[in-house]
Amino acid sequence: MVERQSPLTPIFRPAVHSNDVGSISITLSEVTPLSIVEAACWPGLNERLTAAIQEVTGLSVDTTPNAGVVGRGTAAFSIGPDRYLVSGEEDLSARLARVLSEETGTVTDLSHGRTTFRVSGTRAEWVLSKLFAIDFSPAVFPVGEGRATAHHDIFAQIQRSDAAQFDLYVFRSFARAFWNTLCTAAEEVGYEVIEA
Amino acid sequence: MLIPCPHCGPREVSEFSYQGDATRTCPELTSTDVKAWYDYVYNRPNPAGPHREYWQHSGGCRAHLIVTRDTRTHEIHDVAFARAALNRAGEQA
Ligand SMILES: [Zn+2]
Repeated sequence: MVERQSPLTPIFRPAVHSNDVGSISITLSEVTPLSIVEAACWPGLNERLTAAIQEVTGLSVDTTPNAGVVGRGTAAFSIGPDRYLVSGEEDLSARLARVLSEETGTVTDLSHGRTTFRVSGTRAEWVLSKLFAIDFSPAVFPVGEGRATAHHDIFAQIQRSDAAQFDLYVFRSFARAFWNTLCTAAEEVGYEVIEA
Repeated sequence: MLIPCPHCGPREVSEFSYQGDATRTCPELTSTDVKAWYDYVYNRPNPAGPHREYWQHSGGCRAHLIVTRDTRTHEIHDVAFARAALNRAGEQA
C-alpha cells in the first residue's frame, strides 16, 4: 500500500480559536479512515448488496434512501440509489470485492480520493447549515443516516455519526480549500482543531 | 426552485444539472429521414406550461430524473427516476 499523506499537512495546526466572547462550541478534525469504498449493485439487487456489506463489516444497513449505520471503526451509508459509501480497515476493499460478485455489483476503492472531516459539538448543525442547503436537525437527519450534497461545487457526502457529530467525505483535491471554508464558518461560534 | 429528488428529498436547484427535453424520441440510428433528425436535434416547442425534462441530481445522489416542471411558475408536477426499474422498486416498498 502506498503511503498516504494528508492534503491538510501544510496547514493543519491543532489549536484553540475562541470566538469574540471567548467561547468554543465545536471541534474540527481530520478522521480519514484507512479505507473508503463505494459499493454499488445492479437494479433490484439491493438486498444482496446490503447483505454483502453486513458480511464484511457487521453493519446492518437498511435499503431505504439515506440509511446508514456507524460501527466501531467502520461505517456505511446510502449515497444514492443502490450505492453505499463504506469505510473501515485497510483490507475493506478486497474483502468486499470477495463477497460482492460482478453479477451483484461493483466495488470502487476511493481511499486515496477522499478526505474525511469530523465536525462535532453543540453548534455543529448551525455551522454546517451555513454551508449546505439541507436540514441538519436530528428529527429529519438522525444518527447513522447519510446525505449526498454540495457546497457550491464541492461535493460532500455527510454522515451523522453521533448526536452532535458529522463526518464529511470530500474530494481530496478540494479538501484543503474546504477545510479553510469550514474553519471560517466556525469562527463565529469558536472552534478547536484537534488531532484525531 | 426546489426539486423533490425521489432519493434525497427536496433539494435546491443548484444541486441539479439540466439534461434536456425529455419529450423527444431519437429516430432509428440508421434512419435517413432528414426531417426526423432535424426535429430531434434542433426543434424545441418551448411550451409555456408543463414540460417534461431530464435533470441529474449531480450535486447529490447523482441519479438521473424525469421532472415535469411548469415553465411559468417552476412548480414541479411530477418527479421520477429516469431509470424505470427504480420507480418500480419504490412502488413495492
Ligand atoms: Zn438525489
